[in-house]
Amino acid sequence: MSKFRNLVIGTALISAMAAPVWAEKIGLGRPALPEEIAAWNRDVSPDGTGLPEGSGDVLTGEDLFSANCASCHGEFGEGVGNWPKLAGGKDTLADDDPLKTVGSYWPHLSTTFDYVQRSMPFGNAQSLSPDEVYAIVAYVLYNNDLVDEDFVLSKENFAEVVLPNAGGFIVDDRETTELPIFTREPCMENCKQTVEITAHASVLDVTPDVQDDTAVVAEPAAEPAATETAVAEPATAEPAVEEPAGVDPALAAAGEKVFKKCAACHKVGEGAKNASGPVLNGVLGRVAGAAEGFKYSSAMAEAGANGTVWDAATIDAYLADPKGFIPKNKMSFAGLKKPEDRAAVIAYLAGFAQ
Amino acid sequence: MTDEPETKGTSRRAFLRGTAAASAGLVAAATSVRAEGADPLITEIQPWAQGFGDGVDATPYGLPIKFESDVVRRNVSWLTADVISSINFTPIHALDGTITPQGCAFERHHSGAIELSKDDYRLMINGLVDTPLVFTYADLERFPRESHVYFLECAANTGMEWAGSQLNGSQFTHGMIHNMEYTGIPLRLLLEEAGVKPEGKWIFVEGADASSNGRSIPLEKALDDCLVAFKANGEALRKEHGYPVRLCVPGWEGNMWVKWLRRVEVTENAVESREETSKYTDTLENGTSRKWTWVMDAKSVITAPSPQAPITHGPGPLVITGLAWSGRGTISRVDVTVDGGKTWKTARLAPHSHDKALHRFYLDHLWDGSEMLIQSRAVDSTGYVQPTKTELRQVRGVNSVYHNNCIQTWWVKSTGEAENVEVS
Ligand code: HEC
Ligand code: HEC
Repeated sequence: MSKFRNLVIGTALISAMAAPVWAEKIGLGRPALPEEIAAWNRDVSPDGTGLPEGSGDVLTGEDLFSANCASCHGEFGEGVGNWPKLAGGKDTLADDDPLKTVGSYWPHLSTTFDYVQRSMPFGNAQSLSPDEVYAIVAYVLYNNDLVDEDFVLSKENFAEVVLPNAGGFIVDDRETTELPIFTREPCMENCKQTVEITAHASVLDVTPDVQDDTAVVAEPAAEPAATETAVAEPATAEPAVEEPAGVDPALAAAGEKVFKKCAACHKVGEGAKNASGPVLNGVLGRVAGAAEGFKYSSAMAEAGANGTVWDAATIDAYLADPKGFIPKNKMSFAGLKKPEDRAAVIAYLAGFAQ
Repeated sequence: MTDEPETKGTSRRAFLRGTAAASAGLVAAATSVRAEGADPLITEIQPWAQGFGDGVDATPYGLPIKFESDVVRRNVSWLTADVISSINFTPIHALDGTITPQGCAFERHHSGAIELSKDDYRLMINGLVDTPLVFTYADLERFPRESHVYFLECAANTGMEWAGSQLNGSQFTHGMIHNMEYTGIPLRLLLEEAGVKPEGKWIFVEGADASSNGRSIPLEKALDDCLVAFKANGEALRKEHGYPVRLCVPGWEGNMWVKWLRRVEVTENAVESREETSKYTDTLENGTSRKWTWVMDAKSVITAPSPQAPITHGPGPLVITGLAWSGRGTISRVDVTVDGGKTWKTARLAPHSHDKALHRFYLDHLWDGSEMLIQSRAVDSTGYVQPTKTELRQVRGVNSVYHNNCIQTWWVKSTGEAENVEVS
């Protein structure tokens, strides 16, 4: 490893190492076109390399965040349930349970831009324009109390933003702090006088039960022998789907693929529960906003109270334009542009009765 | 049985009858099955010995027999919000040897396992190169090829155990690991095709899935042993392991082994992406964090007996077995203790030692039926000795999340059941 660290830190050796790269070529592959490189080469580095032209302000970011991100990350980046928190955690890094967020932990703002631009929103990545990403990143900064509400983030002022934990990282130092201690002659005899058990996993008991991987937390300590030797269904078993009359199986099968776009938020099939979106078993024929135990937006609850019932036509209209069909509802999803995708996913959903 | 040299040379029958007084406990266990008289499985004609089994082609691609249906990957649902960005665990407690079958090798996705065909596959090399290039899958198949066995360990393997014993089973504590024989082409050859410019000091690699999972790797590692792999254990990569092409970064943390590899960019500096800042950095006690902790330290675990693989046969001969590995080379030795670390015995290493690959060890132990605190301790080819949990905590505190390579303890009770514990 010492070789690597020297290389990473210094530069002297690098050109020597790179020498074999000029060896003879095999002649395979073809030159990449500039527009191909532009399409894929979008990573953004700490010094701002790779940032697109553009800008966005906190208030625009707030609306965009509410529409695209809040269903998982919360309106203020506080995180819904187990989804990642994007704000808070200031001065907690030395605590027992540090809260690591963009504000408390991330060293560079470029990383937030880079990640949001390429990988978020979850399930609809690469759907935001550069201006939208600037605005959302400005809003994330605002939620971490790092900028005021009139702040505008742009390519030009990007490098001026320094995150609080920028100096909080050191390069791997195991070679000097650990290897000397742990490289030694192992003890074989009389290595210690007494041995006491100081902690038991059964105290916490958070091990998944083989029969039911979903009910894990507060179960009493199970006998490992009994639970583990029982033959369990393979964890990959597909939920049994009953095809009601009138549903085209080919269309429903196509819909199963389309549903991957929904699966991050919605669950269907046996044992499905509410997730960041309501459970969709039996949604056809159900009043809008009526899945038990789900916290709907007031817009969705009102639509239900005003008589909106989900059938093929209303779901189609909703998925064609979620925010247009029920303004201010909180499904952070751009919708399905192709009518055939909407028809397919509706046929698929029809297969899941209550 | 190695502890009973006096039984050597005597017939197995005599041995089972109990000629050696010292092995009384063992004999009781071994003979219990035949105490009831003749075994009908032997004396009666069984259906499988009379009729037919399945013809060829009954399963054009075979799956394990139904009796093994509990040997599957499992996840821990409270760990993550959703299975799309989540992890599951290899059933190491039920496997033996060193090669992990692809079908039960753990998965970690950041936006689900995508379906990408060979025809739709493209690999771009760009950045600080003389000629940015695009390769198709067919192009890759024409480069000189190599095969190597490597382990892949997620840096978070055993990460739940920093603060205390949490999960009961080697699958859950140590199952974010697999070991396969990869076939592919050295990344060096692709970089040579494009011609790396002298300013190039790093590469940034990304996948074709929505997460892209970008990571920076020093150029020297890229030119040394990184492999652009398309086969594992002789067959195409499984979808969940990056079909059709993934990167292997031998000995280094699994997150860098980008699946669905679509782009290698030569850069001057590290990109410091989310996966190398927010995640895969190790916070020390004072709140400072280590970055670029790529190499996986030497580590081992007893896979059986363990909480999911209790002893069911009573006292007598017992195979204690497990896995050992190091990101810095090979494993030169594994020691095993049954008394919580007071005394150690050197285990037998199975043959076929590969660099940066799993090693299998066995200790043939004559169990007297009393409680045991069993541990294994790996020593790698650099002389590094796997530390105890206490020693690691002294250097790193308990908030590191990643790179927990401590010695693991299983408390085996006299019933044969085992539990994950910590000892003084
Ligand atoms: C459907 C739920 C969902 C939505 C909607 C969503 N995210 Fe995420 N987000 C996630 C998940 C899951 C992760 C973690 C992914 C992983 O670990 O691979 C994540 C991770 C992140 C992270 C990194 C967090 C960390 O600490 O490393 C950021 C920043 C982020 N999201 C921003 C956004 C923004 C901005 C939007 C809206 C444009 C958005 N997300 C929309 C689910 C979501
Ligand atoms: C990013 C998360 C997310 C994604 C992706 C998503 N939804 Fe939703 N969906 C929601 C949320 C949240 C609601 C509740 C909206 C509200 O309360 O305003 C919802 C509501 C719905 C409803 C109304 C349910 C009811 O009980 O009233 C339907 C139908 C629906 N979604 C279908 C879909 C389909 C089909 C897809 C995929 C093509 C999809 N959604 C994708 C989050 C999502």
